[in-house]
Amino acid sequence: MLKQMEGSRAVAEAVALCRPEVICAYPISPQTHIVEALGEMVKDGSLAPCEFINVESEFAAMSVAIGASAAGARSYTATASQGLLYMVEAVYNASGLGLPIVMTIANRAIGAPINIWNDHSDALSQRDSGWIQLFAETNQEALDLHIQAFKLAEELSLPIMVCMDGFILTHAYERVDMPTQAQVDAYLPKYEPRQMLDPNEPVSIGAMVGPEAFMEVRYLAHARQMQALERIPQLAEEFATVFGRDSGGLIHTYRAEDAETMVIAMGSVLGTIKDTVDAMRDAGHKIGVLGITSFRPFPHVAVAAALKHCQRFVVLEKSLAVGGGGIVATDVRMAVTGMGLKGHTVIAGLGGRAITVKSLTALFERACRGDLELMTFLDLDWNAVNKQLEREKAHRRTGPVAEALLRDVGVVASRNY
Amino acid sequence: MDKPFAITLNPGSSLANRTGSWRTFRPEYVDRLPPCNAACPAGENIQGWLFHAESGDYEKAWRALTENNPLPAIMGRVCYHPCEGGCNRQYVDSSVGINSVERFLGDEAIKRGWQFDAPAAASGKRVLVVGSGPAGLSAAYQLTRMGHKAVIYEAGPLAGGMMRFGIPKYRLPRDVLDAEIKRLLDFGVEIHLQTKVSNVLEAMQDGFDAVFLGVGAHIAKRAYIPAGDANKVLDAVAVLRGMEGESAPMLGRKVVVYGGGNTALDVARTAKRLGAEEAIIVYRRTREKMPAHDFEVEEALQEGISIKWLSTIKEAGESDIMVEKMALDDKGFPQPTGEFERIEADSVVLALGQDADLSLLENVPGLVVDKGLIQVDAGMMTGHPGVFAGGDMAGNERTVTVAVGHGKKAARAIDAWLRGETYAPLPKHELATFERMNAWYYSDAPKTVRPVLDIIRRQSTFEEVLGGLDEGNALFEARRCMSCGNCFECDNCYGVCPDNAVIKLGPGKRFKFNFDYCKGCGVCVAECPCGAIRMVPEEN
Amino acid sequence: MSFQPVKFYQTGTFTVGNRLLPPEERSVQASSKRFNSINSGHRACQGCGEALGARYAIDAAMEATDGQLIAANATGCLEVFSTPYPETSWQIPWIHSLFGNTAAVATGIAAALKVKGKAQIRVVAQGGDGGTTDIGFGCLSGMFERNDDVLYICYDNGGYMNTGVQRSSATPAAARTSTTPAVGAEPGNVFDQGKFLPAIALAHDIPYVATATVADLRDLEAKVRRAMEIRGARYIHILVPCPLGWGTASHDTIRMARLAKETGIFPVFEAEHGEIKSVLAIRRPLPVEEYLKPQKRYAHLFGKQPRVDVIAHLQAQADRNIRRYGLQARKESH
Repeated sequence: MLKQMEGSRAVAEAVALCRPEVICAYPISPQTHIVEALGEMVKDGSLAPCEFINVESEFAAMSVAIGASAAGARSYTATASQGLLYMVEAVYNASGLGLPIVMTIANRAIGAPINIWNDHSDALSQRDSGWIQLFAETNQEALDLHIQAFKLAEELSLPIMVCMDGFILTHAYERVDMPTQAQVDAYLPKYEPRQMLDPNEPVSIGAMVGPEAFMEVRYLAHARQMQALERIPQLAEEFATVFGRDSGGLIHTYRAEDAETMVIAMGSVLGTIKDTVDAMRDAGHKIGVLGITSFRPFPHVAVAAALKHCQRFVVLEKSLAVGGGGIVATDVRMAVTGMGLKGHTVIAGLGGRAITVKSLTALFERACRGDLELMTFLDLDWNAVNKQLEREKAHRRTGPVAEALLRDVGVVASRNY
Repeated sequence: MDKPFAITLNPGSSLANRTGSWRTFRPEYVDRLPPCNAACPAGENIQGWLFHAESGDYEKAWRALTENNPLPAIMGRVCYHPCEGGCNRQYVDSSVGINSVERFLGDEAIKRGWQFDAPAAASGKRVLVVGSGPAGLSAAYQLTRMGHKAVIYEAGPLAGGMMRFGIPKYRLPRDVLDAEIKRLLDFGVEIHLQTKVSNVLEAMQDGFDAVFLGVGAHIAKRAYIPAGDANKVLDAVAVLRGMEGESAPMLGRKVVVYGGGNTALDVARTAKRLGAEEAIIVYRRTREKMPAHDFEVEEALQEGISIKWLSTIKEAGESDIMVEKMALDDKGFPQPTGEFERIEADSVVLALGQDADLSLLENVPGLVVDKGLIQVDAGMMTGHPGVFAGGDMAGNERTVTVAVGHGKKAARAIDAWLRGETYAPLPKHELATFERMNAWYYSDAPKTVRPVLDIIRRQSTFEEVLGGLDEGNALFEARRCMSCGNCFECDNCYGVCPDNAVIKLGPGKRFKFNFDYCKGCGVCVAECPCGAIRMVPEEN
Repeated sequence: MSFQPVKFYQTGTFTVGNRLLPPEERSVQASSKRFNSINSGHRACQGCGEALGARYAIDAAMEATDGQLIAANATGCLEVFSTPYPETSWQIPWIHSLFGNTAAVATGIAAALKVKGKAQIRVVAQGGDGGTTDIGFGCLSGMFERNDDVLYICYDNGGYMNTGVQRSSATPAAARTSTTPAVGAEPGNVFDQGKFLPAIALAHDIPYVATATVADLRDLEAKVRRAMEIRGARYIHILVPCPLGWGTASHDTIRMARLAKETGIFPVFEAEHGEIKSVLAIRRPLPVEEYLKPQKRYAHLFGKQPRVDVIAHLQAQADRNIRRYGLQARKESH
């Protein structure tokens, strides 16, 4: 059924259709609307049976989910940014124990400086946590990926983060096609836990494992993510059969035929990129798009295949490995090792910085011309940065960088301080 | 369940890890000798029979008790219970009233008509027992149990020896004495009354393979006291024996008893009951030095007996006596002071001790007598093979309990001797001292006070002074036993082991250690209430 | 009082079992059919109080729930010594997640059981004092205030023993630990720090809060039994001496717990909805020295120049406990 609704609401309704049994909630923008909506559904009885637990922290949220999942309940939570970092220890634990928890990440920057706007720093900080990470481009995809995520997680006994851009998606009102309960029930079987806390068949879960077996445990986790590489496209196909639309999968390409330049990105920015590419195609540029849906497991083979015919690629990512460079770009480069492609990393949109068609057009044109540097910070205020760098050269200590920068860029309020 | 590798494990699988290899010391269950048992002259396994009494199985308790002593109803009245002096419970609150429980069991047995278990198969051996006092009865009982024929020759008209002719009725009612003797007769012990043995070797010719001599000390010691013709000077043995005759001795209105032993008290208290207005004990030393038991002194004082300490009788006149006051010298010995006093007295009873009549032994070769006592070996055998002796004639500690112990020990030795062996008592266990126990586990439970006859009746009748326990308080009292040194299956070791390394074997079977897992921490030893576990170094 | 009154010593409250008691009055630990929830072969130190306390408590909970029990366990000694791959000592469904989240994991389990219609299965969370009073405190408080249907059991040995005896917020004043060494003018742990978590639990007004020690088994079992009769958040704080961390002989584990209670150092009580319902009175009052002296962690108080000032301070703390909880010795009845 087509509906016009906020992204958060759409995700909440989709999660509810998946019949979660335990939901743990802790407020943090921009995911809050999702759990608020779910909380209301549990409270008014429309989502039942389900336990909705207002926990005292994200650490507890993930921990409650761990307990619930281990006891055989389909478990869900959502978080973002600092909240994700606060639960990190439990995040690793959930995957280590192989518990199929589904968690929405309403992607947001992490501080300091504290910043509530969108980028991918939060989710990408957890790229090695052992969780599957799926990135949604649209609210429709976000909704669909949750349904697929429960199925995949429970099949493989692995937890999954469904990542959607904070505010850009979560707070955006868009038209979505909301599936029916019957459709979801037809697609998503009942949760049959691989292992469970059960007095009739007692086991000890979470043993201490020493050097004699730890590497094997880790390898097996890796092997399961490799299995996911096979299952994710299959599940997308099955999804299309039941729901009548393409959603999910490992990657998507857009106008990639005969493209010499490929732009690679994750999440909602793909929409802007596609608009830009459309215009550039009209102007005669051979440029295409590769959207990565599954960041973990990383689809090396699929990415390499998608880039097989291009000459260069530009990875535009909303994350920065400080002191290193791109994060997604590193994985893409790994995937195309030996293919002789020229690769560019573009760091863009950190902390909610707008990514405009204008800037992208200029950027991609430079790339097509072969003028683009290996590493670019899109729309960086070089004036402010350089001033600070000079100051720092002159004085060993200059006070908090953030404040100094704000002063330079002329944020009014900070002038008084 | 599809268990993830290494992270998820099968329940209880740690049994594969034998932590017993960590051990440097190992616990060991032991039986230690409870101090009550150690102190009992009759060798009663007190802790052992209390164990059964605690569960209310009085018959089993009585059977356990009577393995060592056939006279519990008697002993429960007349024993001076050195066991209670040894009892470790005195360090918690007060000693267990062992004597009162023993009496309860003895009375219960009489009331319920319990008989001894059938004796062992007849050996064909016959043993002569001379005297039917506690030593003789005990020996005869034990010999009968072992399958030997025991025949008692008793000089007196009734069985019981000094129990009958020396102990007043108010301490030992005669129906109780008669009942326990009758049970022995029913058991197969044969008694010939008024059969005095004047030559033991001759008597043995009546087809006996051995003899046990249990002749009591019936002959009163005398002291020379100048006395006028009119004065009545009697001896205690005669007075007490006279009480068993048809007419009680005539002692008069004012009676003076001379001596400081239990017999002196018995006579004074008897005189009071016979109607004496005054019964005065004259004793040359102080109360602390008095050989009589303190509780008997106390009871006597309660009954109105007066005692003149540090006094000797110099002469007895027609209606009074002359007493000289004594004073203790530097060494604590009484010395005459030259101060005299006259006390009115219708009679003077001498209670200065007794000797055994050893005339029946005059021509027994090898037999050694020293200071009026027959010398015996560890198995109570005299210097003459096959002739054993016990009780008053073989020791200075002359109590019913000692006599019963002698009788038992002699019987065991006779049994060995009859089989051509030498009696060797089992080695004794290490003593269960209070320090080896963990008294925390015993809750406060003060000793039960036995009912005492009211004072008026104590001064005028021969009713029994001290009452018995009823079932409720006998059970309570039995359960005050701390089972020193002997497992009472409290489950503490089983419970406190952090490694589940104690195996519970079931009721009556106690416990054993599972050395596959015992790490040797010693908690079981420290927490065993009764000290029945010890740690020993691991050898391997 | 939370257990049957004292009768005779053998049927009293102090030994583990007793042949004379009616079967229904016997302790769980006395039964040859007890569950041994934590099995032999675990790798706890000799004389470990925590291994003992855990078996006491979990066996009692198993008995109370007829075997319908799941346990969540914090990281710590108990976890490490019981479940090193490839063997586990636990015979019940058991999960270890993290050091600081056990209460929350248990909440999740309870929620799952409720939603699955299996609320007859009950949930116990357990951890040491570090995992409970320090790193796990946030999750614990959350579990309390939500009144989740979890019994949380803290095995308090007064420090981080597994990592080498460091101070926790449950380490008593003046005690030596690796991070409060017995050096300087004020050796050992600092006075006027730390927290007594049972009192904080009380402040949450949860249905049931109790303290216990491994020296009073029947009391401990009665408290676990009572806790399992109640739905909602429950907390039992069990003092479990640690031979390693306290520097005591392995055989003295129970004795030390007993001394802690008898000196008033550790108050034993139970409370419902924030109100104290009963206390375990002192039986044989003792000065704190009796408790302190056998422990090497207090050895610096008894050197050539004994720290009478510090001992007096500790005595004052014990006296305050005695006053606050009404622990004065009283006559035993039977």
